[in-house]
Amino acid sequence: MNPETTKELLINMGPQHPATHGVLRLILEVEGEQIKKCTPYIGYLHRGIEKLSEDLTYIQALPLTDRLDYLSSLINNVGFCLAVEKLMGIEVPERAKFIRTMMAEMARICSHLLWIATHALDIGAMTVFLYAMRDRERLLELFEMVTGARLTVSYPRIGGVRCDVSNEFLNELYQFTEEFPKKVEEYETLIDRNRVWLKRTKGIGVISAEEAINWGLTGPTLRGSGVYYDVRKIFPYDAYDKVDFEVPIGKNGDIYDRYKCRMLEFRQSVKIIRQCIEKLPEGAILAEEAPEIRLLTSPLKINKDDLQFEIYMEDKKIEDFIKKFTEVYVSVEASRGELGFYIVCDDSPKPYRMRVRAPSFVHAAVLKRLCEGAFIADVIANIGSVDIVLGECDR
Amino acid sequence: MNLIEIGKRIKDKFPEKVLWFRCFREECDITVIKEGIRDILEYLKKTPTLEFDYLIDLTAVDFLGIREPRFDVVYHLMSIKHRHRIRVKAQVSEEDCFIDSVADIWIIADWFERECFDMFGIEFKGHPSLKRILMPEDWEGYPLRKDYPVSSDLGDKEWKAYKELKELSKEWKINES
Repeated sequence: MNPETTKELLINMGPQHPATHGVLRLILEVEGEQIKKCTPYIGYLHRGIEKLSEDLTYIQALPLTDRLDYLSSLINNVGFCLAVEKLMGIEVPERAKFIRTMMAEMARICSHLLWIATHALDIGAMTVFLYAMRDRERLLELFEMVTGARLTVSYPRIGGVRCDVSNEFLNELYQFTEEFPKKVEEYETLIDRNRVWLKRTKGIGVISAEEAINWGLTGPTLRGSGVYYDVRKIFPYDAYDKVDFEVPIGKNGDIYDRYKCRMLEFRQSVKIIRQCIEKLPEGAILAEEAPEIRLLTSPLKINKDDLQFEIYMEDKKIEDFIKKFTEVYVSVEASRGELGFYIVCDDSPKPYRMRVRAPSFVHAAVLKRLCEGAFIADVIANIGSVDIVLGECDR
Repeated sequence: MNLIEIGKRIKDKFPEKVLWFRCFREECDITVIKEGIRDILEYLKKTPTLEFDYLIDLTAVDFLGIREPRFDVVYHLMSIKHRHRIRVKAQVSEEDCFIDSVADIWIIADWFERECFDMFGIEFKGHPSLKRILMPEDWEGYPLRKDYPVSSDLGDKEWKAYKELKELSKEWKINES
């Protein structure tokens, strides 16, 4: 390149940009077409969910979690409920566990469908967009049948789920699982043989397994690099230890492998849903110990064996402190990665501190690494491939 | 290795630095003084049988009026290989509101620490660029501290850019009528 004719440029991309999937802003330092440095700026969608929840009771805080990752809101609810259930030490009835698992996988398919639609659209494979939207619509209607809402469902409850599923719903869902794998193949014929797609994804945005762990990636973005880590398998919750499924992992850690992982996850999700329908036990959907809607006291219940501690300092008050402030960290495999809830509980009906460990936050950070040395056109492909939702990222 | 054993091991290795450890429903947390945090985390990451190679989360908790020192900086670590998790907490007081950065041990700590600084005002010594991340750069106060109000009416303490916008909107309304 001739140094006299090229000079470094600063390009501002976003926060209002159709390909950033929300309000993400990137400052790109470019030299010609090549990116020297990429700095992501976030916070445009910060609503202070962590702060707000400190002023609400546990039950009132549940609908807030819908607004984190609004594309798979049910999984957020499940994560929050699991955390509070762990604090309370209540066991959810089997039927509720299976329903949650089934609906969570539906939410995962929904979210992945929107991802494939927009990601492909960004890279130039436009056809798949409407196909994916068509199938997503079917799932959203199924959601509406049970929960009454399409996106922000607030369906799980602390100790179970809100209402039971009908046979009509199960029949339709079963039919969906029969038809859906063929449709995934349909997408693949649209994308996988598309030469433009392959050129723009293979070998682009490569991140090695070691680096991916150091960057804290989770979900399909991590598994694309060949790391076997899935919360559903390693720290099973709900009914995931009772259904049979595989965790697809990639090899090269490029955009194509991450795409492939998600495409295989479609099939695994369908498999899980079918097993859930087949194995769905009869029984209650809400635990008997589930808290009342009007929560007046702390839900925390501690048995003597639950809490063990050893103190190595001399302070009389500290024992009371340790007994009063208990905390849990519970994570679920959301469609983007590990979604964790860290709740510190005291003797009031409101959480003392609720922290949300959002996968999108971490994935937005890694854009800096993925885009360095890449071309401007690859930035879009990278943003799509890490699959971020800014509502979750900024909280 | 189970979590209680891990706790014991850290206690044996750093007898001066560990304050207490606690297990609650299969979760273990260990509280340390902030001077030892880097050594302990590095030890946890590099020791072969522990191998906590994954920093899941880094945040803080404010215990205003309940305990001295006021803040806890909370590290959640996980080992993919051994499939265990641990929570390490370091106490930070309000007067010396700083702690060593771990951004060179885990790259992702960079952003987590920035968020922690943004929300709690805890400084991380040795961090490459400690700036606000979620709030605007000219924001005053640290939102997740317990003495920061939840309600949106801050009066004079309102964000400067928002006050200017309000003034502007008044002018526009006058012009309309």
